Amino acid sequence: MVAQLIRLKARLLANSFRRSPWQLVGVILGAAYGLFLAVMLIIGMVGLGSQEPELVRTVLVCAVSAVVLGWAIVPVLFSGADATLDPARFSTFPVPRRELTAGLLLTGFIGTPGAVTLVLFVAAAAAWRQSGPAALTAVVAGALGALFCLALARLTTTAALALTSKRRFREVATVLVFIPLVALGPILGGLQAGISAVFDVLPHVADVLAWTPLGVFAALPGDVLAGEWATGGARLLLALAYLAVVVWAWSVLLMRSLQNPVQASGGSKGSLGLGMLAWFPATPWGAIAGRSLTYWFKDPRYAAGIVVVPLLPFILWYASSQTPTPYMVYAAAPLMAVMMGFSISADISYDSTAFSLHVTTAVRGVHDRAGRALACGVLALPLVMAAAIVPPLVIGRPGDVVALAGLTVGALLSALGVASVASARWTYAVVQPGENPFKSPPGAGARAALTQLATMGVAFLLLIPEIALVITYFVTDRALFAWLALAVGLAAGSVLLTVGIRVGGRWIDTRMPELMQAVTLNK
Amino acid sequence: MTTVNGPDCYIVDMSNLNADPTTARPAGAPAIVVRGLGKHFADKVAVNGIDLDVPAGSFYGLVGPNGAGKTTTLSMATGLLRPDAGSVWVHGVDVWREPLKAKTMLGVLADGVRLFDRLTGRQLVTYSGRLRGMDPETVAERTEDLLRVLDLEDAGSKLVVDYSAGMTKKIALATALIHSPRVLVLDEPFEAVDPVSAANIRSILTDYVGRGGTVIVSSHVMDLVQRMCTHVAVIAAGNVMAAGTVDEVRGSESLEDRFVDLVGGRSDGGGLQWLRS
Repeated sequence: MVAQLIRLKARLLANSFRRSPWQLVGVILGAAYGLFLAVMLIIGMVGLGSQEPELVRTVLVCAVSAVVLGWAIVPVLFSGADATLDPARFSTFPVPRRELTAGLLLTGFIGTPGAVTLVLFVAAAAAWRQSGPAALTAVVAGALGALFCLALARLTTTAALALTSKRRFREVATVLVFIPLVALGPILGGLQAGISAVFDVLPHVADVLAWTPLGVFAALPGDVLAGEWATGGARLLLALAYLAVVVWAWSVLLMRSLQNPVQASGGSKGSLGLGMLAWFPATPWGAIAGRSLTYWFKDPRYAAGIVVVPLLPFILWYASSQTPTPYMVYAAAPLMAVMMGFSISADISYDSTAFSLHVTTAVRGVHDRAGRALACGVLALPLVMAAAIVPPLVIGRPGDVVALAGLTVGALLSALGVASVASARWTYAVVQPGENPFKSPPGAGARAALTQLATMGVAFLLLIPEIALVITYFVTDRALFAWLALAVGLAAGSVLLTVGIRVGGRWIDTRMPELMQAVTLNK
Repeated sequence: MTTVNGPDCYIVDMSNLNADPTTARPAGAPAIVVRGLGKHFADKVAVNGIDLDVPAGSFYGLVGPNGAGKTTTLSMATGLLRPDAGSVWVHGVDVWREPLKAKTMLGVLADGVRLFDRLTGRQLVTYSGRLRGMDPETVAERTEDLLRVLDLEDAGSKLVVDYSAGMTKKIALATALIHSPRVLVLDEPFEAVDPVSAANIRSILTDYVGRGGTVIVSSHVMDLVQRMCTHVAVIAAGNVMAAGTVDEVRGSESLEDRFVDLVGGRSDGGGLQWLRS
C-alpha cells in the first residue's frame, strides 16, 4: 500500500505534465533551483567539516532548526500543502490508518522540497566526516529529521485545514495568519541589533535547540563524536518520541477528517438585494467591477494572495525604527500599490471556467479589463493613500506627503495597467474556487513567480520617472519636484492604465476562446 | 413584456422581445448551420468535420454516447472553443467571423463549467443580464420572473455555491434566458434536475419553441428526446450517424433501440457474474 501510494504520487505528477507543459516548466525550474541550493549547501558543509566540532554542531543545529521551523510554518502561510495527494480523496477507500499515514508521509519525498531536504539533511554527514560513527549517525539522524519535517508540515497544514474548512471561519482565519507575520518585525529588529552579539549567543541557543524538536536530530552526531553516550542516548529517545508524537497527532487528525469529511460550504449568509452590483453603473464594466469587488471580499483566495500587503507598513516601520533614517517606511505605500495593482493579473485564472459566462455573453475585452481594474482600484486606493499620507505626518514631515502620494498613485495605476495586459495573455494554475487558499498546485509556484517577477520588473521600469522625481525631491528638498512627482504619477499612471486596458482588451477580444481553453486545462 | 397568468401559462414571454417581422420566416429555414466542423485534441479527433442543419423553430436533440463529441460540437457552435476547421452560422451570422453579433442571438447553458458561485442566484442572473448591456429595469423584471418560474425565489438570496446540483443547473439556465435569445443551446439541461423542475423547464422550452424560438439540447435520455424534440441528430465518435426529424431517424423502432443500432456496443450476458449479495 505504501509503495502504491508513492507510485500514485509519481504518476499524478507525471500526468499533470501531460496536461500542461507549463507545469513541467515550473517543476523543472523549481528542481533546478533546489539542486543549485543543495549543491551550494553541500559544498558549504564539506568546508564546515574541517572546522572545530563545536562550531560544526552550533551551525548545523541552528540551520536545521530554521529548516524544521520553515517546514512547520511556510506551508500554512505561503506555499500551501502539496495538493497532489489530497487525503480527502481517500475517504471512500478502506485503507488502514497505519498504511495511509506512512504512505502519505513518504510521498512527501516525491517533490522538490521534500527531496532537497532529505538530501541536505543526509549530506550533513559530510560535515561530520572526521569521525566515522558520527558521520553514520548523521546519515540516520538526517533521514529521520527529514521525515520529521514532512510529518510536521502535514500536521500543521492538516490542523490549519481542519480549522479553515468552514467558509466563514476560513475568512476569519485568513486574517488570523497576519499575526505571526507581525512578529517578523521584532525578529528582523533583533537581528539588526548586533550581529556580533548574536554570534556570542548562538552556541547557547544551539544548546537549547538541541533538546527541542527543532534541533534534536541535528545534535545527535555531535554527541557521538564527543563520546557522550548517555546524553546521546537520551537525545535519541527524545528525538524518536518527538517524531512519534507528531506522526501520531497527524494521523489522528487525518483519520478524524476522513471519518467526518468536511463539506467545503454551508452556513454562509447570502444577501437579499444585488449587493455590490448595485454600487456600480448597470453597464457591462460596472457589473464586472461589482462582481470582482464581491469576490475580493467573499473569495479567500484574493485575500490570501495579498496577505502581506496590510502588514508592509508595520514591518517597514519596525525595520526603519532600527535605522537612523526613518525613510524606509516610505517604501511601504508604493510597494503596497504595486502588489495590490498587480494582484489582478491572476483574475481570469481565479475565475476558472466561470469565465465562460464572459465568453458566451460576448463581453468586450475593454469592459472586462476596466471592470476588474476598477474593483481593485476602489479597494486599493484608500489603503495605499493612507499608507502614503500617515507615515510622513507621524514622522513630522508633512511636506513629503505630496511626493509620496504621487509615486504611490503612479505605482497603483501603472501596476493595474501592466496586470491588465498580462492577465489577458497568461493564465496560470491557481487554487480552484472553493478549495483551501493555502494549497498550491504542483509547479505553480515557479511559473507564477516567473510571470510575476517579469511583470513587476516591467512595472518598476515604467515607474522610473516618478522614482527619479521623488529622489530629486529628497536630495534637493524643493517642493516643486514633489508636485512634479504627483503630476507625473497621475498623468503617466492614467496613460499606462488606459493603454493597458485598451491593449489587454484587444487581446481578450481576439483570444477569448484560447483563454477559455487555458482555464479549462488549469482545472 | 407580458406575463400571462393561468394554470399552464406561467411562462415569461421571451421570444417576441427581440421580435422582428422576419420571425414569421418560412418553416424550416435554418437557425443554425454547421458545415465541416472539426476539432482534434492532441492526436485524438473529437469532432470529425460534421454538417448539421437546425431548422428555425425546431426543438433539436443531440444524442450520443459519452465522449461522442456533443459538448465539443456545442462549444464550437457557441464560440467557447475555436474549431480547427469548418464554420457555424446562427441565423446567417458566422459565429467565428462576427462573434459579437452571433452571441447576442444565442443563449448558452454550457456543461461542466463553473459559475460565479460567490454571488447569490439573483446577483448571478442580474450579472449575466448586465454583461449583455441590457437596461437595468428589464434585467430586474426578468430576473424576478425567471427566479419565480424556475422555483428559485427563496434561493435567490442564497449564494450559488450552496445550491444543490439541480438548482445550479436551473440558475445557469436562467443566465442563458435573460436576454431572450433567438436560439437556445443547452448542454445536458436536465442532468441532476428533479422531475418537477424538469417538467417546468420542458414546458418553458416547448412554449419558447411554439413562439418561434429554436432549442438545441444534448441529452443521454432517449425517451425524453423522443417525447420532447421535433428533430434529432445521433453523434458517435465525432461523426453524425443520423439526423432529421425524430420520426425519420427512429423509423418504426423506439429512438433508444435505433440509437443502440446506430452506435453499437450493447453487451448482454457475460456481465458481472459475481455482483450479487
